[in-house]
This record gives sequence, structure tokens and C-alpha cells, in this order.
Amino acid sequence: MIKIVKSYKWGIIFLLVMVGLYLYNQSLGIEAMSISLLNFKEMLLLVPPIFILMGLMEVWVPKETLTKYMGEGSGLKGLFIAFVLGTAAAGPLYIAFPIGVMLLKKGARLSNVLFFLGVWSTTKLPVLLFEVASFGLEFTLIHIGISLPLYLISAVLIERIENRNVTKLLNQDAAEKGV
Amino acid sequence: MTSIFLYSMAGLALLISFFKDQEKSKMSLKIAWNQFVKLLPSVISIMLFIGITLAVLDNEVISKIIGDQSGILGVLIALVLGSVTLIPSFVAFPLGGALLNAGAGYPQVAALVSTVMAVGIVTLPTEMKYFTKSLAVKRNVAAFIICIIFTITIGVIM
Repeated sequence: MIKIVKSYKWGIIFLLVMVGLYLYNQSLGIEAMSISLLNFKEMLLLVPPIFILMGLMEVWVPKETLTKYMGEGSGLKGLFIAFVLGTAAAGPLYIAFPIGVMLLKKGARLSNVLFFLGVWSTTKLPVLLFEVASFGLEFTLIHIGISLPLYLISAVLIERIENRNVTKLLNQDAAEKGV
Repeated sequence: MTSIFLYSMAGLALLISFFKDQEKSKMSLKIAWNQFVKLLPSVISIMLFIGITLAVLDNEVISKIIGDQSGILGVLIALVLGSVTLIPSFVAFPLGGALLNAGAGYPQVAALVSTVMAVGIVTLPTEMKYFTKSLAVKRNVAAFIICIIFTITIGVIM
């Protein structure tokens, strides 16, 4: 019980803030709640299927296979797979965190996982179409053209700076938490 | 649309998996459920935070801050605003469109939209739980720099 309250600490605090907002200004409070609910609905439309696919990937793709395709020495192939995974995605970036950890745990290279996160935050297909419709093709192409190469460079750089043991640590950490 | 596609994909994959191996399939569902329960507290607090923020800072207020003639200051505010808040893309894009119509420049919109999707101060604690503090901070700093470079490029070209 205490554990549950602890993990929902911020949720409870924000809920109290929202009640306070409602008492201060009724329409503002209602608007805040309806925006939250709309967000929550959007999340429920995306997260369950993505997590089911992630669970299936976890049981069906052997570690050796993933290491071969996304691990050390996977080269362009690994980058390409990271790109495809990130592009096919939908939803905000925090959905990608558990997926990234799963990939690391299965032997993917850190730079490939970081590139995957970069791709997820720039060229998710559904968002891309939305972006073209809202701001035009030129804007969108510049966005991709500038961001993707830079995310690739930063992924490689971060991998270099980070102690290589981080991946190992992450794996142990993930195993302990039962990720 | 996206949702229908994802649900069909997941359903189909699950069906094939169940035909092949029931035990494995059950295990995969358990993994999915555990991940969902683990992410839920963060998601709920993030959703409530966004709700409060967007109710107080509605489109009108935001348009005033980073709209017409807000110049470089507007760009800076957009960068910070986009990095802190995590506005879902179905809110961010119409907002960006409204900003353009209200006379905001492309750089302000570029700053807001790119940081909204790539940099997350609100989600940083969640990210640290998954990826360790040092990795999460480095990724966000790198993403922030990349958003600045993108914004400058938009400013120069468009």
C-alpha cells in the first residue's frame, strides 16, 4: 500500500493541484481535467498494442539474433533496423524507453539504441505526415535532414564517452527489476 | 488510424504466437502487462501535469508569448517551453499551425515543435529510471543542442 502511494506520489500531488485549480477557477479546473483525460485516452490507443508487440519480441527473438543484427559489429544493418523501429513507432518518447532497455538487454549496441531514440523523436511516420500537413514539406525535410545525421553523431559520441560498462550495468539493473 | 493499425498488428502477431506456443505467448503478455504497470505512475503524473499547464497556458497566452514579433526572445522561450513541457503531437502541431497563422515566425515554431518531441524535462525522472542518470542527461543535452541547430537552420533558410 505504502509502495503504491509512493510510486503514485506525483500523480496524487498533481491531482490535488488540479482540485485546487478547480476551487480557484471552476472552468480552468474542468479544462485541465478534460485535457488530461484526452491525453490519457490517446495513450490508451497507442501503448497496449506497442507493449504487446514488445512482449512478443522479448520472448520470440533470441538474444543471439538481436546481438547479431543490432549488436557490436552490426554496422549499417544495425543502424537501419534502429531507423525502421523508430520510424514505425507512434506515441510520445517515453514509450520508447522500455523498448530501448529491452533492446540493450538483448545485446543491442548502445549507439544503435540512442539512434533509435533519436529517430523516434524526429521521424515517427504518423507524426511526420501531420508535420507535412501543418508546416509544409520544406520544413519537414529540413527537420529530418538536419536532425537524423546529428542524432547519429551524438549517439556514437555518447557511446564513446559513456563507460562501456554502462551497458553491462544496465543489463544487471534490468534483470534485477525484472524488466 | 495509427491505433487501428497497431491494434491489428499486435492482434495478428499475438494470434500467430498463440498457435505456435501458448506458454511463450502468456509470458509475453505478462511482460507487456508488467511494463505497462511500471510506466503507469509516470504517465498519470505526466498527463495531469500537462493538463494543468495547458489549461493555464492556453493557445492565446502562448501566442502572445511566442507569437508575432517575439523575435529571438520568442525563440528562446519556445525552446525552453518545448523542453519542459511534453505536449502530445496532436496538440503541438495544431498549436504550431495556429502560431503561424497568428504571425509567429517559422523559427519559433521549429523551436517549439522539435523540443516538444525530443527533449523532456518532465519525463527526465522516468528516463533516468530506465537508462541511468548519466545517459538520460546526456541524451537530453544532445537533443537540445540538435533542436537549436535545427531552429537556426530554419531561421536561415525559411
